[in-house]
Amino acid sequence: MTVPLLEVHDLTIAFPAAWPVRNLSFSVAGGETVAIVGESGSGKSLTALALMRLLPGAARISSGRIDFVGQDLVTFSEPAMRKVRGARLAMIFQEPMTSLNPVLTIGAQIVDVLRLHENLSRRAARARAIELLDLVRVADPHRRIDDYPHRLSGGMRQRVMIAIAVACGPRLLIADEPTTALDVTIQAQVLDLLDGLRRDLGMGLLLITHDLSVVGQWADRVIVMYAGCKVEEGVPDVILHRPRHPYTEGLLAASPRTAEGSSYRDGLLREIRGSIASALGEQGCPFRPRCPKAAPACTLAPPPAVVVQPGHLAACPVLNPRQARDAVA
Amino acid sequence: MPLLEVTELETHYPTSRGLLKAVDGVSFTVSAGESVGLVGESGCGKSTLGKAILGLAPVTDGVVRFDGEEVSRLGSGARKPFRRRMQMIFQDPFGSLNPRHSIGEILSAPLAVHGVGKAGDRKDRVARILAQVGLPAESIHRYPHEFSGGQRQRIGIARALILDPDLVICDEPVSALDLSIQAQIINLLVSLKGEFGLSFLFISHDLSVVRYFSDRVLVMYLGVIVESAMASQLWSRPLHPYTRALIAAVPDPARRRQVAPLDGDLPGPQDVPAGCRFHPRCPLSSDRCRVEAPLPRTWAPGHDVACHHADEVPRASDQP
Repeated sequence: MTVPLLEVHDLTIAFPAAWPVRNLSFSVAGGETVAIVGESGSGKSLTALALMRLLPGAARISSGRIDFVGQDLVTFSEPAMRKVRGARLAMIFQEPMTSLNPVLTIGAQIVDVLRLHENLSRRAARARAIELLDLVRVADPHRRIDDYPHRLSGGMRQRVMIAIAVACGPRLLIADEPTTALDVTIQAQVLDLLDGLRRDLGMGLLLITHDLSVVGQWADRVIVMYAGCKVEEGVPDVILHRPRHPYTEGLLAASPRTAEGSSYRDGLLREIRGSIASALGEQGCPFRPRCPKAAPACTLAPPPAVVVQPGHLAACPVLNPRQARDAVA
Repeated sequence: MPLLEVTELETHYPTSRGLLKAVDGVSFTVSAGESVGLVGESGCGKSTLGKAILGLAPVTDGVVRFDGEEVSRLGSGARKPFRRRMQMIFQDPFGSLNPRHSIGEILSAPLAVHGVGKAGDRKDRVARILAQVGLPAESIHRYPHEFSGGQRQRIGIARALILDPDLVICDEPVSALDLSIQAQIINLLVSLKGEFGLSFLFISHDLSVVRYFSDRVLVMYLGVIVESAMASQLWSRPLHPYTRALIAAVPDPARRRQVAPLDGDLPGPQDVPAGCRFHPRCPLSSDRCRVEAPLPRTWAPGHDVACHHADEVPRASDQP
């Protein structure tokens, strides 16, 4: 069996008085696209930042391991991490305008990354930067390389961010809401580009998104997070058509997209009552306060994700009453 | 007579790079009780159009009629009685509420501006509207920062409805909200539509939300409406290549890893292409499209399209 590219074990992220990510485990193999879906407050973006060891000041990894190509990133010093970050492990963010330096040309920003991680002359780095712009399908890269970010459209900026991220041939690319700020026709182009790069470069792709339909079209495996916990995991077909966790079921039913052909004149959407804030201080399942199926067993402890069928995990005590009891005991 | 009738509306802004034609000749109507969706990507002019109707953006040319009266030429004083009947809900429930005002102050301000009721009545009215949008009565003494995004949007809705308007223009009302909260707010709008007898102009970039909440849909591209149809017609038989591309670009789990449906970037409103505005990105574009802007023509009752080649668009049933 091959070693997975990334294996996260029991990752817990702590703020002074809160645990925005709790006991999270998942893996990504080379060439695989894994999507983490969740709404704001689910902990999906903090997870991405933890993998990069870029957590904001007050947050820290309080327990767990992040095994990346066989080494635990949690144990890495900042100088050691700097050699990994941007080289073997790269990340792109939602807002390409704020992630690019407005006073440097895009060429200078790509060259910086190349020369930081690879022993390249200025001239060679510039030639490689032009190749990279071509790779991410920026038209006319010889001319574009000397442009400043403000001259580019949102979609072009995101392409430049992707060029910087893949400049040193990363093994894993983390994309945090890469298309949320983009228009729908541009969104499709960028996702298609990311998928092509994953295939051609053999990278693992960890796609962080709030959009279930993006997941269905592009991911090999889906992890659904709610209030810091993994509540369900499976292949997109299962998650989108035969979900078992009440939260995933609720999300799908709430989407006007899945209510195929429906109109407000035919009836209301099925909403999930309440808000994610109700998970704060919850001792049991974080979704319990909003869950239509909540039972007494749900108050005991956060339920572990258990296998409901091969390749399909769900963390719901109502689904697996016995397993949940065993886990508590 | 339609409640709202917009005819050849133009909003042009002079800029150092020439005239920016944000809205460039738009005509449509909204009937009483109707919900009309307006879809398009950023920079297409959909928000400017909504604001121009309310007098919040300049009208360079064209006419806006509300309930038969021409309102687009009225001064702010003469417009006031109409403003009361036309309200707006904004995308950003954070930016559109004054952080220094309590919810009670925010909600009673429109009543004071329009001189509705006495102070005591206003309090009752605020209490009633809070209940109608599903907020607890004690919210009246609290401030915007104490509320979640979904609750703030409820406050925005309460502020729009407290004057008992006839038409509500919503600009991306659920785009900033999480999916589980989105459904709550859409359901609230549907219920209030019945309760208050409202008509809606519902502006959004999200096709699935528009499809659900609209009776009729207008598709806007770079300042013009390229197609309009009943919602069901538009999805079963989209005619304009842009509409087809928009629908195809919505991610669909049934199309695993399919290539991007539309090339090129969205041009800004300051470099509007000659001829048909969509021709540089259009798979059907011909020499004619490069020089001659297509006029809207009626394809079927209630279904208009502005494209020289709409006839060549394959039928939905011919699609694989």
